[in-house]
Amino acid sequence: MSAASDVGYHAQRHARWHYGEIAFWVIVLACGFLFPSRYLIMTDIVRLALFAMSLDLILGYAGIVSLGHAAFFGVGAYAAGLLSLHGIITEPVLALIAAGLAAMVLGFATSFLVIRGVDLTRLMVTLGIALLLEALAERFSNITGGTDGLQGIEMQPIFGTLAFDMFGKTGFFYSVAVLFLLFLLARRVVHSPFGLSLRAIKNNPLRAAAIGIPVNRRLIAIYTLAAFYAGIAGALFTQTTAIASLDVFSFERSADLMLVLVIGGTGYLYGGLIGAVVFRMLQELFSTITPQYWQFWIGLVLVVIVLLGRERLHRWVLFVPNLIIKQVAGRKAVIAVPESDA
Amino acid sequence: MSVRHKMLSWAATAAAVASLAAVAPAGAQDAVKIGLILPMTGGQASTGKQIENAIKLYMQQKGDTVAGKKIEVIVKDDGAVPDKTKTAAQELIVNDKVNFIAGFGVTPAALAAAPLATQAKIPEVVMAAGTSIITERSPYIVRTSFTLAQSANIIGDWAAKNGIKKVATLTSDYAPGNDALNFFKERFTAGGGEIVEEVKVPLQNPDFAPFLQRMKDAKPDALYVFVPAGQGGNFMKQYAERGLDKAGIKVIGPGDVTDDDLLNNMGDAVLGTVTAHLYSAAHPSAMNKDFVAAYKKAFGSRPGFMAVSGYDGIHLIYEALKKTNGDTNGDKLIEAMKGMKWESPRGPISIDPETRDIVQNIYIRKVEKVDGELYNVEFATFEAVKDSGKTKK
Repeated sequence: MSAASDVGYHAQRHARWHYGEIAFWVIVLACGFLFPSRYLIMTDIVRLALFAMSLDLILGYAGIVSLGHAAFFGVGAYAAGLLSLHGIITEPVLALIAAGLAAMVLGFATSFLVIRGVDLTRLMVTLGIALLLEALAERFSNITGGTDGLQGIEMQPIFGTLAFDMFGKTGFFYSVAVLFLLFLLARRVVHSPFGLSLRAIKNNPLRAAAIGIPVNRRLIAIYTLAAFYAGIAGALFTQTTAIASLDVFSFERSADLMLVLVIGGTGYLYGGLIGAVVFRMLQELFSTITPQYWQFWIGLVLVVIVLLGRERLHRWVLFVPNLIIKQVAGRKAVIAVPESDA
Repeated sequence: MSVRHKMLSWAATAAAVASLAAVAPAGAQDAVKIGLILPMTGGQASTGKQIENAIKLYMQQKGDTVAGKKIEVIVKDDGAVPDKTKTAAQELIVNDKVNFIAGFGVTPAALAAAPLATQAKIPEVVMAAGTSIITERSPYIVRTSFTLAQSANIIGDWAAKNGIKKVATLTSDYAPGNDALNFFKERFTAGGGEIVEEVKVPLQNPDFAPFLQRMKDAKPDALYVFVPAGQGGNFMKQYAERGLDKAGIKVIGPGDVTDDDLLNNMGDAVLGTVTAHLYSAAHPSAMNKDFVAAYKKAFGSRPGFMAVSGYDGIHLIYEALKKTNGDTNGDKLIEAMKGMKWESPRGPISIDPETRDIVQNIYIRKVEKVDGELYNVEFATFEAVKDSGKTKK
């Protein structure tokens, strides 16, 4: 088999939907019916998952590190809040898209700064942009509400029919729908030739340029797309909580996102989703047990995760399912997480 | 290599489902539940800690059963971030089925929870946040802390009458800070005073030094300061470092800046600071002496005004339950709370039946050394002060 057709063969196999993936989404949807009293935390997880997916697009596929992803989240959040507060666009779905576009514009504008440097520079630039926006939001408190946040946002029903309820049911299914649609789009993008070229850039930008990939243009494109995703996540945040405060730009938000991807792994889209679930559940568990010192335990768990290595953890987690698979489908079907990906 | 992550997704989802179920709360019992939402981490953590301590102390002293019902307190940390407050409040109301939500370290947090209290028809007892508008945001909000208008008005009058002509102001840039500034300015200028310099500092991680230099150059008679409790120590340190105390510029303000919690460690630069406030650990009443002694014994530190607000907040909940005979209907509880009067460690207080806000004595105090420790010593009392932020309308 020639090298070219070999690559094509593998790329195609990756792009195909697996039963596991379908099951994943079925379970996500099932959660909505299984735990009717936990909508809020689940909505929170969905938002975080979408946000993490956005970072995964640039970190996992294009190799751009960012400590300031909250900048786009925040722009999306404030855009959605202001649109609704001043009655400019009251229909949530349209407002969501508009907010995403606002973040996208910022993403496009700042992408030129980001592609200039390498890792450390990028960390600083992205961090700086987020801090800058946070300071601006604080300074122009007549628009943003400053530290008090945007108060009094009232969400109109989705498509004029589905009203947001206090228990967060509408919010949850709305968020899941948005996450799923954007996931489909992301999946399509990363398995396209464009996505493959990003991987080439991530592995070796010089060589990628040598084989004719327009490196900078590709990076600008994916960075802009990721900004759109983050903006949507931010807008979802405002729409489902009816509040936007300075905290949306905070450094912690960007840093948490890194942690989510550290837990979940990068470069296969599900990393952000799984990481978000694990991270939030840990947080919820610890802060229920000890409201004062939960951060200590979170920190400890993260250190342990990093020291043990995700691969080993995955092997342990998969041990029992693999035993069952072996019985049912024979040795070959056993699942292992490839080291290169995780 | 070809089939990836399938099992990982399975396993992770299964784990998530399991942990969701594990974290899900146990079924409701015949207990009265209080959801206490406080900043236990972050910059406002000292507020949360004091209120939680005071509530623990009260429940130790008075027992945890009222009108035949067991009182159960569930503490949630919101880090003073409003959206976390909102999520916490929703979780408490929907899942834990709490009968009260209480706490709220900062105004945005209290405001974020207000619509939920209205929707769920349960009392929201505000134990810290001090902006006037809070109680107007929901008919279910009752406050046991204070409003900035109460102390800012009085210190404004006092300053104008006591030979202070020129004042520079330094206030935190958020709703309570703006209240503190505006109410002071109104009274002080009406009394013939002049504001020579007006500075607003950011709420998060403020660096006062550059502002203080400007203050010093403006040569005012006094510096009017409002920073939330917890930042006072930092402010006083920088105030002394910049030599404003030696330049003869005294600090005046609402009492948040000389919160008892931190006061004793602020150093001698703070001596002579005059503030108007609702509570001093040095308040000369038998009840307060017992309260301070019990608090010190239990937690090894001095109670501040946040602790007293928490102590009174839980007292209000207890008394309301006694009045309704354990009925947890939100409307009945609010009715029971309205107009309630009692003796608190800070002095006599009551709940205004019209605004559900607190009516209390405001004391003018000066920082002095008592037995080698720094205290706010009260020297004038204004009795039964209502929140003028609302009565004006």
